[in-house]
Amino acid sequence: MLLSSSLRVHVICNLRRLHAATRRPKVPLDETPSLPPSPRSSQRQLPANTGPPFSAASSLDVLLKAVGDTPIMRTKKWAVERTRTIQGLVDFIKKFLKLMASEQLFIYVNQSFAPSPDQEVGTLYECFGSDGKLVLHYCKTQAWG
Amino acid sequence: MTDDKDVLRDVWFGRIPTCFTLYQDEITEREADPYYLLLPRISYLTLVTDKVKKHFQKVMRQEEVSEIWFEYEGTPLKWHYPIGLLFDLHASNTALPWSITVHFKNFPEKDLLHCHSKDVIEAHFMACIKEADALKHKSQVINEMQKKDHKQLWMGLQNDKFEQFWAINRKLMEYPPEDNGFRYIPFRIYQATTERPFIQKLFRPIASGGQLHTLGDLLKDVCPSAITTEDGEQKTQVMIHGIEPMLETPIQWLSEHMSYPDNFLHISIIPRPTD
Repeated sequence: MLLSSSLRVHVICNLRRLHAATRRPKVPLDETPSLPPSPRSSQRQLPANTGPPFSAASSLDVLLKAVGDTPIMRTKKWAVERTRTIQGLVDFIKKFLKLMASEQLFIYVNQSFAPSPDQEVGTLYECFGSDGKLVLHYCKTQAWG
Repeated sequence: MTDDKDVLRDVWFGRIPTCFTLYQDEITEREADPYYLLLPRISYLTLVTDKVKKHFQKVMRQEEVSEIWFEYEGTPLKWHYPIGLLFDLHASNTALPWSITVHFKNFPEKDLLHCHSKDVIEAHFMACIKEADALKHKSQVINEMQKKDHKQLWMGLQNDKFEQFWAINRKLMEYPPEDNGFRYIPFRIYQATTERPFIQKLFRPIASGGQLHTLGDLLKDVCPSAITTEDGEQKTQVMIHGIEPMLETPIQWLSEHMSYPDNFLHISIIPRPTD
């Protein structure tokens, strides 16, 4: 799209002014929120280790699916706090699957991209969740690019 | 004659004069001189600081050297954020050159991701592009590209080759003419005054009535505190690439022209200096 000339001039003039200035520096979820989770529950609460204390409103449903020959988890649907990071989730899955700390685990959204380890599950849910849950694929080797 | 293409060049070639100094507690064999560098705004710290690392390693004992990391006034600098964003968020309105402290010890595990090789940066960069395209085109454009096109995007960034990068990236900036814009705008809003991570939500470039959404509309919707005024005065600055675009600027245009190479519009909200 084209921008109206006054707005464009504003952007360009400011960028140019900035360039000139910088080149000449002045000086060199869960209905059963029990912890630990009941083994009979089909949906479990991920044990919290960081973030605010558990409250139902601050968690959401995450569906974890294994890719390739990565071991599956019998429980697929988990209630996860919104503020939990991808790294937090990776640590949990690795522990759950009894993987070695040195083993890698990749998590993918939409079967297409691997979110950054510090990204929060809540943000990903806002943008990529559907039908009230966020589907994440996990894999021991790089699955998608 | 200036046109919108000039904006892409001006964004690409933005530089920040920077002075690197070694942290005082690092053990050296002789005194380390500061090191000066013009940092490309669109790049990543760990991608463009090989010379800095070499310079300081020369004065250090080998056994004292582990993973390098950077800090500005007590804040560890996330290498996986573009450099321009780090500067806008943490160091806007301060005197140049930007003064960055170099560390080789006590890696802040809580704050920073490890970056053991350039492959890690490439993977992060490509993941961002893919996420952005998932928002813009349901991943259709990036998925239709070949592996070599993906590589060209990365090589263009790594080697600071504007034409090489944009030959491919322009395809990521296209949309069907009947749509008037992307499906959703890939943006992230960072606030200097909170510890919370960035805000990222679904936001369409066109209102249901057909009019263009502006930067102001976006902020009103997802971060109203950024544009509230007290006594008619806006208490914050909304920065992209070191400038304050007018709030009337259509968000679709900003997304096409002022996104970083990772295809995200990184917007910093900082307190307006009082003087």
